[in-house]
Amino acid sequence: MIGTVSLAIIPLLVAFFVTYGAFHKVPVYETFTEGAKEGFEISIRIIPYLIAMMVAVAMFRASGAIDLLSLAFEPILKWIGMPADLLPLAITRSLSGSGARGIFAEIANTYGGNNPITKTAAVMLGSSETTFYVLSVYFGAIGVKKFRHAVAAGIVADLAGILVALLVSKLFFY
Amino acid sequence: MMNWIWLFFILSSVIISLFNGKIDEVSNAILSSAQSAVIICFGLIGVMSLWLGLMRIAQESGLIKLIAHFLSPFLKRLFPSIPKNDPVQADIALNVSANALGLGNAATPFGIKAMEGLKRFNPNKPDVASDDMCTFLTINTAGIQLIPVSVIAILMTTGSENPGEILLPTLITTFSALCIGVAFVKCLIKISPNPGRKK
Repeated sequence: MIGTVSLAIIPLLVAFFVTYGAFHKVPVYETFTEGAKEGFEISIRIIPYLIAMMVAVAMFRASGAIDLLSLAFEPILKWIGMPADLLPLAITRSLSGSGARGIFAEIANTYGGNNPITKTAAVMLGSSETTFYVLSVYFGAIGVKKFRHAVAAGIVADLAGILVALLVSKLFFY
Repeated sequence: MMNWIWLFFILSSVIISLFNGKIDEVSNAILSSAQSAVIICFGLIGVMSLWLGLMRIAQESGLIKLIAHFLSPFLKRLFPSIPKNDPVQADIALNVSANALGLGNAATPFGIKAMEGLKRFNPNKPDVASDDMCTFLTINTAGIQLIPVSVIAILMTTGSENPGEILLPTLITTFSALCIGVAFVKCLIKISPNPGRKK
């Protein structure tokens, strides 16, 4: 059911845009190609920003820094009642979407789909967005280099998300 | 701040990997991630062009204005720099709804369009983010998604009896994170608003 709906959304949306345009006497084909021209330039403009961000994040993940952080944070984790297995996910979810999905798949494989730890991890991943990717792509596209409050607010929202995920999961799954 | 974060990532990785012997993995990661960043951007060209083309139709046909008109009163509060009924409001609305529906590929072009729109009302120097850009990206990084499809898929393959039970907790979590993030960014904006064009 969920699968069918999300599969149908894109074709329906495309059909709706085009039909609405034609109905309002817009030359849809010409207008489409005119607008699509911008796509190339914007995608290319993002490249340097994305390279900067992805290289730094990939280095960080490859160096084992996340394991080290897990070790350092263990006392705090005990205190807030977070299973240590969830920490790599909590850190990675702001940095790398594919990385976070990989870690989640590992957790789910280890504990099984019905374990509360897996479910907590699911909530943690499902409620997140790769903050650093969003910042570098969106600001990169318009050439903004000073991000001001966006970084701090993104990090605070991520931290809040981790804590709320733990809390809500405690209520729902334990 | 971005300068410091970037420096921190790079330096800490090198120092740590020198001690734990993972320096060769870091070396590989540098080269392969630079390459995959380019591959991602090239992959983006197709979807980006597709949605920007459709967006242009929506713009010419007045659909964007219509959406903006309905959401104007609400968005006016969140983004005070945008004038009433400006098309940027529709770009923001489309970006947020595409994200909510899990259409990440469509959300990015809408979001970039919205950022370009916000740029027109940026009172700062062009390379400095405006207050409203910060608010917009905070909403984006909170990542409201009604149905986290990939998470559900993984749950299903690992024998979950009821993958749907994570939906409500996930929604509560994202929404709380969103509210906290927006409240926080609004506080920061109050403390230190747009610096303007002076140095």
